[in-house]
Amino acid sequence: MTRQGLRVGDLRAAYGGEPVLHGVSFSVEPGEILGLVGESGCGKSTLGYLLAGEIAPGGQVLDGRIELDGVDVLTLDPHALRGWRARQVGIVHQEAAASLDPTMTVGAQVRSALVNSGVPRSASAQTALGLLSRVRLPEVETLARRYPHQLSGGQQQRVVIACALVGNPRLLVLDEPTTGLDASVRHEILTLIAQLRAELVAAIVLISHDLTLIGQVCDRVGVLYAGRLVELGPARAEPGDTGLLSGTQHSSSGVLDTPAHPYTAALLASQPRLGQSRTRQPLSAIPGQAPGPGITVGCAFAPRCPLATATCRAGEPTLDPVGHRRFVRCHFPLDTAPLDTAPPDTAPLDTAPLDTAPLAGSPAAGPAQPVGPPRGSALLEVRGLTRRYGRTVAVDHVELDIHQREVVGLVGESGSGKTTLARALLGLATVGEGTLRFQGGELHPRLARRTAETRRQIQLVFQNPDTSLNPRQRIRRILGRALRTLRAGQDTVEQVVERVGLGAEVLDARPDQLSGGQKQRVAIGRGLVGDPALVVCDEPVSALDVSVQAGVLELLAAERDERGTAYLFISHDLAVVGYLADRVVVMYRGRIVEDGPTDAVLAGPHHPYTAALIASSTGQSPPRDPRSLPGPVPTRNLGCRFAPSCGYAMPGTCDIERPPRRELGAGHHLDCFLEPGELPLVASLSSAVPTTVASTANQTQGASQ
Amino acid sequence: MVSAGAGHTDARALAVVGTERMAGLARGAHRDVVAVVAGAVAAAWVVVGLLGWRVLTPHDPALQNPSDRFARPGVAHWIGADQFGRDVLARVLAGARPVLVVAPLATALAVVVGTAVGLTAAGLGGWFDGVAMRVLDAVTVFPSIIAATLFAALVGRSRLVLILVIAATFVPIVARGVRAATLVECAKPYVEAARLRGEPTWSLLVRELLPNVRATVLVEATSRLGDAVFAAATLSFLGLGEPPGSPEWGATVSENRVWLTLAPWTLLAPALAIASLVVAVALLADALRRRVDAP
Amino acid sequence: MTVGSYLLRRLAAIPLTLLGASLLVFATTVVLPGNVARTILGREASDASVAVLNAQLGLDRPLPAQYLSWLAGFLTGDWGTSATLRAPVRDLVLDRLGASMLVAGLAFVVLVPVALALGLLAGIHHDRWPDRLISGMALGLGATPEFVTGVVLLVVFAATLRWFPVSARPTPGAGPLDMLWHLTLPVVCLVLLCCGYVARHVRASTVAVLASPYVRAARLRGMPVGRLVRTHVLRNATVPATSALGVQLQFLLGGLVVVELLFDYPGIGALLLRSAMDKDLPTLQASAMVLGAAYMLIVLAADLVYRLLDPRLRLGGTW
Repeated sequence: MTRQGLRVGDLRAAYGGEPVLHGVSFSVEPGEILGLVGESGCGKSTLGYLLAGEIAPGGQVLDGRIELDGVDVLTLDPHALRGWRARQVGIVHQEAAASLDPTMTVGAQVRSALVNSGVPRSASAQTALGLLSRVRLPEVETLARRYPHQLSGGQQQRVVIACALVGNPRLLVLDEPTTGLDASVRHEILTLIAQLRAELVAAIVLISHDLTLIGQVCDRVGVLYAGRLVELGPARAEPGDTGLLSGTQHSSSGVLDTPAHPYTAALLASQPRLGQSRTRQPLSAIPGQAPGPGITVGCAFAPRCPLATATCRAGEPTLDPVGHRRFVRCHFPLDTAPLDTAPPDTAPLDTAPLDTAPLAGSPAAGPAQPVGPPRGSALLEVRGLTRRYGRTVAVDHVELDIHQREVVGLVGESGSGKTTLARALLGLATVGEGTLRFQGGELHPRLARRTAETRRQIQLVFQNPDTSLNPRQRIRRILGRALRTLRAGQDTVEQVVERVGLGAEVLDARPDQLSGGQKQRVAIGRGLVGDPALVVCDEPVSALDVSVQAGVLELLAAERDERGTAYLFISHDLAVVGYLADRVVVMYRGRIVEDGPTDAVLAGPHHPYTAALIASSTGQSPPRDPRSLPGPVPTRNLGCRFAPSCGYAMPGTCDIERPPRRELGAGHHLDCFLEPGELPLVASLSSAVPTTVASTANQTQGASQ
Repeated sequence: MVSAGAGHTDARALAVVGTERMAGLARGAHRDVVAVVAGAVAAAWVVVGLLGWRVLTPHDPALQNPSDRFARPGVAHWIGADQFGRDVLARVLAGARPVLVVAPLATALAVVVGTAVGLTAAGLGGWFDGVAMRVLDAVTVFPSIIAATLFAALVGRSRLVLILVIAATFVPIVARGVRAATLVECAKPYVEAARLRGEPTWSLLVRELLPNVRATVLVEATSRLGDAVFAAATLSFLGLGEPPGSPEWGATVSENRVWLTLAPWTLLAPALAIASLVVAVALLADALRRRVDAP
Repeated sequence: MTVGSYLLRRLAAIPLTLLGASLLVFATTVVLPGNVARTILGREASDASVAVLNAQLGLDRPLPAQYLSWLAGFLTGDWGTSATLRAPVRDLVLDRLGASMLVAGLAFVVLVPVALALGLLAGIHHDRWPDRLISGMALGLGATPEFVTGVVLLVVFAATLRWFPVSARPTPGAGPLDMLWHLTLPVVCLVLLCCGYVARHVRASTVAVLASPYVRAARLRGMPVGRLVRTHVLRNATVPATSALGVQLQFLLGGLVVVELLFDYPGIGALLLRSAMDKDLPTLQASAMVLGAAYMLIVLAADLVYRLLDPRLRLGGTW
């Protein structure tokens, strides 16, 4: 049977009686990767399940077809459906660890999937090992005997992908395959997907909320909003169009470069790109909220669209073609002609290229550049801070300064110790040594021993708005208690709520009646009660939808401008940190590896770890010294913590003792054995348009073995 | 261009959904019927306990009537008479009150003390929690019935002893459950937020944590209530609770065991009475737990 | 930590806990109202003879001394003599212990497969009629005291139908079959009590496993239900049930007292009760200690099995 790929036609589904998918249609050719992007509630999860023929309990399919190679999944009887699932389609869900049975060895699970798809038991062991190798897992014989909990997150995800590849499926569906993984691991998984695409000749659908991810690995992208496909087309300009300039009209352009739908454009504009700074190019938030499941009159996006007219509100637009293989559902689509001013691999941004960006405070600043807020005196001084959990050292001799009115961004991945550091500042992590000085006086390491005044001056905004507000209290009570215990007598709860951009009706609600964005605003309001001098924000926007993030970031920034609060802004996302922060501090495994003004840190030269972070967030592989041999550097806890993963590690130097501090000028320093001239520089940062993983994958595939 | 097909799909959606909703309601109603019946049975026993045996029978449970010894169930004595000629139905009805006094009081005491201990242990943490858990561990070395047996046997028979002993064996169970639920809440950021703004500890426990473990406390209370009836009846059966001659159900069963072959109704009646109350309470507790788990 | 080191840690803790238990046991006997010697001799006995008996029993010494001498005796195997039963306590207790463990063991052997099977069945068909039936009965039976089910069993099967004997005492000299016949009703009684709780636990974990992401992933790979259950559900649903079984052992041991009394069976539970009523201190203390030790060992065994079955706990460490 010839492969025809996936064709979804006019799919309509409801859940609990409310329609959640309204006539979704798209097709995916064999060997093509389609990215489906949307925020929570857009229906992408429902769609992901439907592609496997799975209807959640309480859901119904009202209309439409899902055809793979001519066979409509929705018409299959249970027996045929099982066979189809075993051999024709492979699903990979997020949270790989949960998709694996914790009581079975990894090898046994793959074998079980193989036997189920018809492979004879006698051959299954060998085939299983083959599959595990295919997903680039090392030492498969040993690994197959391990249990899931003994593998790393990236390895678990690869095993899940291996199980999905059983039966050589014609359709591969990946639902948020990299959520929860570290940046470097994310890059590896994406490379794997790109490599598999070349090998499998299957239609691949990748579902995610992360536009950058989609841009790195997908050929085409479909944007979902409120259960409708509002835009569909190539992700980026076709590679063959290099160098084309004005005049040509049929040349294709990418959805992510030149979006046609206002929602797509707004989504792209509300996510900070690496190197984007609030002072130069503020984000624009999308007001309001996405509609829930149900029937709407007119265009679903009209209530939030800045270009909406009466036509938009009256009738729903259809998905119309607007270019070569491009479709948009809008009465007044945006212009998608490729820009004729710049070559396609440079972003049409209006920022100055970053490698010539002036350092903060330097007199050579470019014209009309707003200067950042003046740095005041040192507010918080941290010296020699060490914190332990049992025998593990979470924070290792950290030194840090935070000045008044300053926004310090703390970047690190899981295990970096950033959360522990934050907790230590707040007095919640106390096992260890080190000194803290605040406003010139000594700060006691234990919260209970600090004065009420000090407590008022250092506050915290948590990551998860669902659990940071007491679910049994009304907002009025939550804010009221804060006002009373922090003795911020003058303010009223109404004033607090107004400051964070919410209406007074919120006061009588309970947290579960508010949206994520509203809850986070309340949390910020609570954190700012009493005018603290320092607010620690621990991943304040990571749990929010992209379109809501921009608004919250803007709120944080506005409050800083008005009150002069200093922030310690913690995140794993370098782009978000770079957007708000005056200074960036990079942590790895308990140590600060780099510390300096945002522009300097992002422009380079960088610490190898910072370089790796930047590279993977722009779809490049982590840079390595071309002269160094690949292979692990033996770890002893004495040397540089990053050495085992570093592309520039020098055995005999980096593993012996702690790396020395290198001063790179103007308050920018890092710890590395490399000379400042040898430090890596991640190229094409000025283009802030991520190159595709596919192209780098091809390069590495050609280069390796 | 306005999309045309929206109308007919909505009608189909509604039709499909309508039947789904009906099925769901039917399932829910069935479960509720069971709970309602259980509630009725329990309520009936409470009424009997409050108003006394006079409600349903003219016979005096203490009145001995030698001529009616071992009377079979019939018109004169609806469930027959025992070895002293006492009406079995009257004795069963009279036997409700002791159980209905002991069990709720023991449960209430256990829940109050257990909640306080569990909440404080989890909230304070540190050495207090460690000590509390060691003490609770030591107390639970013996299975609760055996511990209760030991104590009651040694200290003597009285209703007060029964209440205290049952409560004592339940406190560790309640404390464990409340402590576990509190620990879950303590891990959540809103508790830390309260600490960060300097809430005093007692305020943390009572204002922030207690409302969020309310559900657990309720479930523990109703589960223990059923267990308390169980324990009270069992301890009386073992001769450890009520004074001799009391019409309490467990004691009656124990007393009449010897007449198993001769007059089984004297055994069956109190036994089934216990069963009915205990099962009713258990079903109610279960219905409540289900309601709490999935609101 | 590995299973081995866990086992060592727990075993090391047992003597300490037993010591604490011994204190508890001793302490309760101290709370006795009235005088033991007088209770034994009766109210009419003269004060002189009471004093003599007191001295004989060593009850006039200070409490710590009494405790220590008792503890010493206990540890060396000298458990004293029962005044009321006129026999060495050690023989009495061990003999009865064996008898009780037989009944408990039989109940356990029947309980495990039955409860697992019923729980799995209820979980697989959850919210349909097999589940409602099993869950309802499990709830009801689990809540009913053993003597109630025992009485009903006796009335129906022993008194009326006469299929089984009224007393559980085996006829002396008869073979194992006769013994089993005598023990059937008490074993059934214990099983009915404990089965409900375990079955409901197994049902709950079965339902949870069926809804878990890895079962869903396997289902989306086209695995039929039967293979799903065999491969994934069985192991994952029954492992947490071992902890439920551990809790049930409490009820099993506690139920022994009731069942032995009801079915007239000479076990350690009955001995405990009897000695408590008679204020036969040595027997009471020894029985309580032995029961406590047996209970702790059983709980430890259940805990170990649980750890062995779950690879995350068996292999420990890195997760």
